[in-house]
Amino acid sequence: MLEVDVTGTLGAFDLDAHFSGGAGVTALFGQSGAGKTTIANMIAGLVRPARGRIVIQDQVVFDSARGIDLPSRARRVGQVFQDARLFPHLSVASNLTFARWAGGRAATRSLDEVVELLGIGHLLKRKPAHLSGGERQRVAIGRALLSDPQVLVMDEPLASLDQGRKADILPYLDRVRQEANIPIVYVSHAMEEVARLAETLVIVSAGRVLAHGPVADIMARVDLGSATGRHEAGALVEGTVSLADETWGLAHVDIGAGQVIQIPDPSLKAGDQMRLRIRARDVALARERPDGVSIRNILQGEIMDVSLETGPYAEVVCRVADQTLRSRITRASAHDLALAPGTPIFLMIKSVAIERRQRANLTA
Amino acid sequence: MDFLQPAETQALMLTLRVTCVALAVAVPLAIGCAWLLARHRFPGHGLVNALIHLPLVLPPVVTGYLLLLALGRKGPIGSLLSDWFGWTVAFTWQGAAVAAGVMAFPLIVRPIRLSFEAIDPRLDQAAASLGARRLTTFCVVTLPLALPGILGGAVLGFAKAMGEFGATITFVSNIPGETRTLSLALYTSLQSPGGEGPALRLTLISAAVAFAALILSELWARQMRTRLEGRDA
Repeated sequence: MLEVDVTGTLGAFDLDAHFSGGAGVTALFGQSGAGKTTIANMIAGLVRPARGRIVIQDQVVFDSARGIDLPSRARRVGQVFQDARLFPHLSVASNLTFARWAGGRAATRSLDEVVELLGIGHLLKRKPAHLSGGERQRVAIGRALLSDPQVLVMDEPLASLDQGRKADILPYLDRVRQEANIPIVYVSHAMEEVARLAETLVIVSAGRVLAHGPVADIMARVDLGSATGRHEAGALVEGTVSLADETWGLAHVDIGAGQVIQIPDPSLKAGDQMRLRIRARDVALARERPDGVSIRNILQGEIMDVSLETGPYAEVVCRVADQTLRSRITRASAHDLALAPGTPIFLMIKSVAIERRQRANLTA
Repeated sequence: MDFLQPAETQALMLTLRVTCVALAVAVPLAIGCAWLLARHRFPGHGLVNALIHLPLVLPPVVTGYLLLLALGRKGPIGSLLSDWFGWTVAFTWQGAAVAAGVMAFPLIVRPIRLSFEAIDPRLDQAAASLGARRLTTFCVVTLPLALPGILGGAVLGFAKAMGEFGATITFVSNIPGETRTLSLALYTSLQSPGGEGPALRLTLISAAVAFAALILSELWARQMRTRLEGRDA
């Protein structure tokens, strides 16, 4: 449980953030300079808010009204910095256990367990200079986990890595999310990371929280288009694998009410819980059930909202089996199809365009 | 040391004693000053910096005379030391150590300060987030990372303290067995008739000590680099 309600100054503009996060990952999402890192640093005690209150797991760590301001070392916030910040003169093993021998923190988590979780057993004797960027971040995550934290704060842990390395680390972040059993604050400007990891999404723009809530709800909102990014706009759909079609290497994901989305992934098994991220630009609309197209996913739904912009685009929000999907089409198409709230509609999604993540034993 | 004459042994041992005592006091003080100058901005920052560097720009004789004025038996600090602790530094080997330490101080501070400035101060934040107190962080993170600079400063200081002449002769004079270090002994030999031979011997002794110190510090620096940067196990 995490409660943040702070005001302060951030360069040229004021910072005013109010949100709460539950178990699992709370993502602070926004563009560079929006104030995400400052909020994370306020939680960690590196930046002092002008006014406000921060509560971590029932412990008030900052309350300007009551004059409470715990120093960083007393907060039990496990911080993972963008640049890792490992101690260059210490071995990986000494870095990992730093909080115990230099910080006096309790050994609540076993070193072997964390080393195993992050796959860093073969690195223990090395110095940070001899690690790759991805290895460094994994060690930094381990070091934070071993500091007996009540919350993990990760400040763009993947931002300094190239695409390939990011893909290598995401599975480890997934495992940490599942096994750490503490809230995680994840600062990022990359929607694909947020969609994969977060349960709660906090959208930060120019020092303010534009919206916060369950990630699927926030991503389905059209009015946040400029904050979430046009190109990246999309929706999250959850479902269960009902059939693994080995012949064609496709998995059928039941998203409710008998509607099925097929995704190309031969590794999935029937019963796997899935979260699919479907970008608005990958969803096409039709008034009648289309025939003779390569697109395998044709869902039946109803239009909830059409927002015509001044430019050439239109954003359509649809309801399919009690879940929300978004479609980005041209304004001309929206006009030609006479789309309006309440219109029954068919949604077409290319299977290969769907980003997915398996949601195993997620703690509520 | 049979190959050295008694007067030479005396001068050599005195020089080593004066230098070691000077460094033992000056290096820890220099670490403190360097850390203050590198990591903190406070009123009088520039003044402290200038004061530390003063012996570098003043003629050594001037520094020696100022030390005599301040620490002499009638000087403001000298009389206090004498009243409170019964210490006399003027015209004693301890005074020679003071002169050597003061003259070497700016040379010791500078490399240490540079190495403090080269350490990412954000490592302190990381250490704090892991529960470490500031003093602990200084001892287990900052100080080990600054070791190459500390060694560099100590080597420069050692060389300066060993060869210190002007301030020493002004402050504590040239007393055999008390303040006559190698440099002063060499000067004395050159002043006396037929002193070229003894002067040459003293020159060789000085060179040998300096050379040995340089090699030792180089070996130590190499070992330290290996430890700091690490090798794959």
